[in-house]
Amino acid sequence: MKLKRGLRVDDAGPVGGEGLRMILSNTEEVPGRTIREFYGVVTGSTVRSKHFGRDLMAGLKNIVGGELKGYTELLVEARKEATERMVEQAKSLGANAVVNIRFATSSVAQGAAELFAYGTAVRVD
Amino acid sequence: MDGLFEFGVPALLLVIGYFAGTMAEQTHYKEIRVRELRLRRMPTTNLRRPPPHWRVREVALVTGCTVISVDYFKRFLAQLRGFVGGRVRSYESLLDRARRESVLRMKEEAAQGGFDAVINVRLESSNVSSPLRRRNGTTGVEIIAFGTAVKLARQP
Repeated sequence: MKLKRGLRVDDAGPVGGEGLRMILSNTEEVPGRTIREFYGVVTGSTVRSKHFGRDLMAGLKNIVGGELKGYTELLVEARKEATERMVEQAKSLGANAVVNIRFATSSVAQGAAELFAYGTAVRVD
Repeated sequence: MDGLFEFGVPALLLVIGYFAGTMAEQTHYKEIRVRELRLRRMPTTNLRRPPPHWRVREVALVTGCTVISVDYFKRFLAQLRGFVGGRVRSYESLLDRARRESVLRMKEEAAQGGFDAVINVRLESSNVSSPLRRRNGTTGVEIIAFGTAVKLARQP
């Protein structure tokens, strides 16, 4: 029955998507649960580039300073997608949780960035 | 007439950058303080596991992300600073704002989901640069905060 109490990812706000039920955590174990099985590292990544309009706005923002909202949105969306892909992979392995999640960013080319999420897929009680 | 363009435009940008930048910073700091007060009851730690007496019912990953850029005036100050070296104060406040904003967003996400605390908080930063302004190198800095939100059986 405990499984049912696992947080639905779609309740957790920005991370996750439709119909995914997966416990996500960046701790080494899921607090309050015991890990029964390891499925290994799962990864998800996406490469995004900024679109012209957003870039133009960011250029203007460079004069007055402050938050570049367009970029923030873009990166949040991209990270969400990377996480979803990671979750899909974990799901296909039969896991119900991903622990020790890490995020990484790298720029592939000018104006394009790769967002990367990885963690260990496990089954918990 | 040429001189007007060569010196007039940068000078105008400096003035705009100074006033708009200072105003934006002050309002942002005011907002940050209010939100931090509102969320002061939510313990946030970078310890890897919750204290042993906490009975954790539910966990979830929460993130907060901010991309921030410097204004024209501050960039100018920093360039001047580059000649003599030392503390670049104008950038310090910028990163401080971005970092606190990211943590706040993370905590707000946790609060929205009804969580009681956030453990194992990590902060990372990366550069966001654009192809259009390559000469300036960085157009923005991204700060991401993420951690594991926990729901407790009883308040700590």
